[in-house]
Amino acid sequence: MSNIVVDKSKVPWWVSNVIVPLVNLTLALLVSGLFVFIAGENPIEAVKLIIYGSFGYIQGFAYTLYYTTNFIFTGLAFAVAFHCRLFNIGGEGQAYIGGLGVFLVAINLSFLPVPIVWLLAIFGAFLFGAAWAYIPAYLQSKRGSHVVITTIMFNFIASSLMIFLLVDVIRDTNQMAPHTVKLPEEIWLPSFEAFSGILGIKIRYSPLNLTFLLAIASLFFVWFLVWKTKWGYEMRAVGHNTQAAIYAGISPHKNIIIAMCISGGLAGLLGVNEILGVSHKIQAGFPAGYGFTGIAVALMGRNHPIGILPAAFLFGILYQGGSEVTFEMPNITRYMFVAVQGLIILFSGALENLFRPQIESFFVRRLNREVNA
Amino acid sequence: MEFLSDIASLINSTLRISTPLVFAAMAGIFAERSGVIDFSLEGKMLMAAFVAAVGSYYLGNPWLGLLLAIIVCVCLSMLHGFASVTHKGDQVVSCVAINILIIGLTTALAAAWFGQAGLTPTLNEDQRFLEIHLPFSDALRDIPVIGTLYSDILSGHYIFVYLAYLSVPLVFWIVFKTSFGLRLRAVGENPSAVDTAGINVFTMRYKALAINGVLIAFAGAHLSTAVNANFFREMSAGRGYLALAAMIFGKWHPKTALIACLLFGFTDALQIRLQGVELPAIGEIPVQLIQAIPYVLTVVLLAGFVGKAIAPNAIGQPYIKER
Repeated sequence: MSNIVVDKSKVPWWVSNVIVPLVNLTLALLVSGLFVFIAGENPIEAVKLIIYGSFGYIQGFAYTLYYTTNFIFTGLAFAVAFHCRLFNIGGEGQAYIGGLGVFLVAINLSFLPVPIVWLLAIFGAFLFGAAWAYIPAYLQSKRGSHVVITTIMFNFIASSLMIFLLVDVIRDTNQMAPHTVKLPEEIWLPSFEAFSGILGIKIRYSPLNLTFLLAIASLFFVWFLVWKTKWGYEMRAVGHNTQAAIYAGISPHKNIIIAMCISGGLAGLLGVNEILGVSHKIQAGFPAGYGFTGIAVALMGRNHPIGILPAAFLFGILYQGGSEVTFEMPNITRYMFVAVQGLIILFSGALENLFRPQIESFFVRRLNREVNA
Repeated sequence: MEFLSDIASLINSTLRISTPLVFAAMAGIFAERSGVIDFSLEGKMLMAAFVAAVGSYYLGNPWLGLLLAIIVCVCLSMLHGFASVTHKGDQVVSCVAINILIIGLTTALAAAWFGQAGLTPTLNEDQRFLEIHLPFSDALRDIPVIGTLYSDILSGHYIFVYLAYLSVPLVFWIVFKTSFGLRLRAVGENPSAVDTAGINVFTMRYKALAINGVLIAFAGAHLSTAVNANFFREMSAGRGYLALAAMIFGKWHPKTALIACLLFGFTDALQIRLQGVELPAIGEIPVQLIQAIPYVLTVVLLAGFVGKAIAPNAIGQPYIKER
């Protein structure tokens, strides 16, 4: 299998960046179908439900885009750190703490004019998320503690810390459940309902809000930062070959810290969507696995914003369509979609070279034939 | 006397709580000594817990459940090997994939098959492992010191507890005293030298991963068919990562890894004891913060305030045979 040697320079970009990822995705979805079958449901019916749930009606589609927003943030978060060869699997905890940042800024500064509160709250989310990623980054760079273990531990610690705060410190004392009070309505981010009225569509409720545009802006921000700035170049150099980077006078320590802080900050922005946009309060466990899904999104999108956008959208479809499936099919729970994420990470990340040589050589041979003919 | 029995029960629970960590750390030593990173201990432990619980529920025998768990965990280790040894995929990505896949799959299947929110049915006495009372433990209980040591600390554990501590000298012997162990360590340090000596690097890594799968299955079975009588969602609760941290802290060496596991176990046992207790000067610590102590300790230990850990030289790198 590995005997096939392909001249990389002859492989067209769309083969390695479009065809191969699509083949890997198809494999992951086929195995997912098998799992659905094992759980005692019809996979084809499940696919129909997913498509109907995510595209079939305007409210469903709005939900799809709302999930997409979250996945863009967490996907970008993983991708930025990955370019420095850091596995930030702590997006979950960074998002949780980022939510705290949004809430604290918004509740304390709600007297300020509206767009300024928003900007400060976004900044707060970024800062808190970045701060939570700073310690693992520091320990990785100075003490060599593997960032995978420390970020996972920081997920657990964030969860304990937030539950403690929600139960004992910032709980809405009029309620039994551990969540905070609601933010004043004036500073909520406008939701899609408001826009849909202008467009002449009437929908009852939609979690989609202005944060979607922030997510799109983040895609451009990451693209510019990683590929168009000196710092992005240095960071990728450290990730690619640390020794060579040191020889070129680039500090790995500085770049590890910056990469992780930006990564954590991007994960923190999830809090903007969830708290300023949707629930307007901190609820226990609000990151709900979005941080982990970001890993799958980034690996599927080949860690590039252009790939992350469709990957995030695909996961939006899976999430929204998935909730339709869990509603209609009693044997399928949302955990089935966690398993699907695992399969997507497996096939588009770890096993990405499974069929790559065959596919690439197939296309190279075909193109050669065309040239010769 | 009450103080003494407190200490005895603390040591007793330390031994019990450390058990899955010890198995997982020993499993980690095999994989990582051969040059393969294994963060998927967490997922495999969870899978073993699920398979052991479901297996012994249907087959009526916990040993058959354990056997199934071993088979499934070895398969998962082979999957990790297939992705990261054969296809030279990223080892960390492969582990993360396995962990997320297992978290989803176990809970989804438990819900689909048993209809409860990620729980498997409670096992009866025939379907689970029971505590073993060593001979004469009742008779010796009243003798001071020896009685406490023998009857309250050493006796009355599940079989896995004894197996875990027996596995440590066994792993030490295999890794450091046999030719297999020498090859294993060499493959992790300098695979091309091993290849030159005519030993197949890939086969060695697959063998190491197979042993890794067997050991981690015991950890999972301990959780779901011994200390608990069923599987519940995410019941491994980060133990795979704790064990890996213990192994790193123990410098990839069975004896020191054991000490680190016991330290984690002790912290966890202490954490459970401290819940709801008024401490002098501090008062009662909120339970959420106490529960975070093992995780904080992991970070502190990994930060290497007790000396830098040096990993096997070739760890994390797929071996590419030159032609």
